[in-house]
Amino acid sequence: MQTEKINKNLVLKNAKIIDPFKSTEINGDIYIKEGKINSIGKATYPSSSKIIDCTDRIVTHGFCDIHVHFREPGEEYKEDLNSGSQAALAGGFTRVCTMPNTSPAIDSPELIRYIINRSNECPIYIHPIGAVTKSQKGKELTEMKAMLNEGAVAFSDDGVPIENSTVLRNALSYSSMFHGNIKIINHAEDLTLKNSSVMNEGITSTKLGLKGSPDITESNMVLRDLEIAKFTNSHIHVPHVSAGKSVKHINSVKKDYDKVTAEVTPHHLFFSDEDLQNYNTNLKVAPPIRTRDDRKILINALKDGTIDCIATDHAPHALEEKECGFNCASFGMIGLESCYGAVNKILFQENNLNTVSLIKLMTSNPRKIMGFENDLLSKGMDAELVILDPKEKWKFTEKNIYSKSKNSPFIGEDLLGKVKYTIVKGLINKI
Amino acid sequence: MQLKNKHLIGLEGYPKQDIDEIIETAFSFKEVLDRPIKKVPSLQGKTIVNLFFENSTRTRISFELAEKRLSADSINFSASSSSLNKGETFKDTVKNIESMKIDAAVIRHPFPGSALMLTNYIDSVVINAGDGTHEHPTQALLDIVSLKEKFGYIKNLKIGIIGDIAHSRVALSNIYGLKTLGAKVVLCGPSTLMPVRIEELGLTVNNNIDEVIEWADAINVLRIQRERMNNALIPSVREYRRLFGITQSRIEKHNSELVIMHPGPMNRWVEIDSNVADSDQAIILDQVLNGVATRMAILYLLLSGKTKKDS
Ligand SMILES: [Zn+2]
Repeated sequence: MQTEKINKNLVLKNAKIIDPFKSTEINGDIYIKEGKINSIGKATYPSSSKIIDCTDRIVTHGFCDIHVHFREPGEEYKEDLNSGSQAALAGGFTRVCTMPNTSPAIDSPELIRYIINRSNECPIYIHPIGAVTKSQKGKELTEMKAMLNEGAVAFSDDGVPIENSTVLRNALSYSSMFHGNIKIINHAEDLTLKNSSVMNEGITSTKLGLKGSPDITESNMVLRDLEIAKFTNSHIHVPHVSAGKSVKHINSVKKDYDKVTAEVTPHHLFFSDEDLQNYNTNLKVAPPIRTRDDRKILINALKDGTIDCIATDHAPHALEEKECGFNCASFGMIGLESCYGAVNKILFQENNLNTVSLIKLMTSNPRKIMGFENDLLSKGMDAELVILDPKEKWKFTEKNIYSKSKNSPFIGEDLLGKVKYTIVKGLINKI
Repeated sequence: MQLKNKHLIGLEGYPKQDIDEIIETAFSFKEVLDRPIKKVPSLQGKTIVNLFFENSTRTRISFELAEKRLSADSINFSASSSSLNKGETFKDTVKNIESMKIDAAVIRHPFPGSALMLTNYIDSVVINAGDGTHEHPTQALLDIVSLKEKFGYIKNLKIGIIGDIAHSRVALSNIYGLKTLGAKVVLCGPSTLMPVRIEELGLTVNNNIDEVIEWADAINVLRIQRERMNNALIPSVREYRRLFGITQSRIEKHNSELVIMHPGPMNRWVEIDSNVADSDQAIILDQVLNGVATRMAILYLLLSGKTKKDS
């Protein structure tokens, strides 16, 4: 990656400009004056401007990932906010929300402040999600208001489900007192049904001799979460939906209740449980990769809006934590660097989703969920953009990984569409 | 003849002609075991390490004896005596052992996939001696050798596998091997101990033990572990015996010709009545002897003719 400052005026020339917020698509130039959007379309600019030729390329909002694990503080050998930022830039992400399951968990206003301060030193925007309960123990609520004041954008005990329904009820109810449609994000897996399983339950788990858990492990808890949210009239966001049955519940609740949003990961769209055949521990994730049929339902749920956005659940682990055999390997995979190429291949090439809709899933939709500024292509905005080659075919390799950890099942996969530049915080990052 | 695969990881997709070859070779080694001097020089100079990451005295002794009968040098590694407890990784441990120049590794490990994983880390021949609840191919092959010895054929033989299929390391390998050779397989056991969608492997599940006894030519009775009661899988051993126990009265009533197998160790009076286990129709001790011959055959076929790698 080459990084340089936007020193002078910058022109993104001859681009296909997609504005996901306004749902427009035009061909033209973007003139960025002193780091801010100046004009779009037919732009006039000084001849001394730096020009990036964007012929056959898409220029759009920088991607936004509302679900990443950057492991700081506590497990910096896996990732830290700097290395995570590099991975994000490589994947076209200018803005991420970090999950609080660090060590210690981000469960106080002081720790939110720590992430915000560290974020200011990083080349992307990093928004902390605070823990719902102290030490993510599922018992006592955190000081949500003070954490919001310091910069928390949502609350989650991600990594662990909130099993106690009263705690979830109170968390939802409490969070609904505050402005900004604050979301509670609950990792939905009923641990009593999960029962120390390591993958989806089905013919593949039977053949591998591995313990599986059925789809209702997730969908039962999703249904509970949705009903409690509805009951308390508060906002809930369902992370990393993996099961077709969960989609059904989300869809039916969304029909008469609009405070529900949901995300899906690239890996749940790309893989199915049959891909675990060789015990590839990089495919060990929670919730698990499910069947081809589930995968199809997830893809359709993105198309019909039941699921609102893509989020990677970027979860770095050291080699040793993945090399010790399937049963003892840690759950999780990295996902930022491979996201666009994987999602574009599945949704655009294989499932005919149009480019504007696809871009929305990674830009305006996640920003809307978190209440971030969304009119990024209007005059005067700081440049927060990505330049994409939607047609480039490439094989994802370890060289494409900027994360400290290499736990990606996408290594060796053919992807379609590549991030060429990520422009954010006054820097042009050439990938 | 050489086998098609370098390793023996499992019987899923394992070639029929290789299974046939192992069976035939096992029979010729069984003759060796009947001689006064039960040793052949076939694997002289070969070094085999028995990597046991969990306890299994029977399997380990069977392999050790097979190795000694073939004149191979064998060493035993067990997890309790190892540095695994000191935080050394599986990979470090096995790479360390391989660097001492070995020709084959026999691995027993509680985790499914471990034998396959070992092939990624070392160049030696790998033989799976049981990877958790996945496969235990040498046990299945010795079961098949025992059936062939008893019946003279495997094709269309009707085999029942009885008991805790889900926690068994033996069931899958038996199913794959028997199916490849054309046998008919029926599984019988509590629904809570039956892996999901197992019918898709080309067999039938029937939880009526009387029907299965009546239908089968032979049954393979699996061990039921008492700790299964802890996870609400079965209510009691008494109830288990009532529903699935291989009792004298059931055998007498439904199929007095039935051949009885058990991979051991047995829980007498739980999954099998003591007098059934000790009866003439039980071939449980033949299985043990055939185990040595079958493992000799496997080691011989995988290792003979190959020279030790030079440094
Ligand atoms: Zn999660």
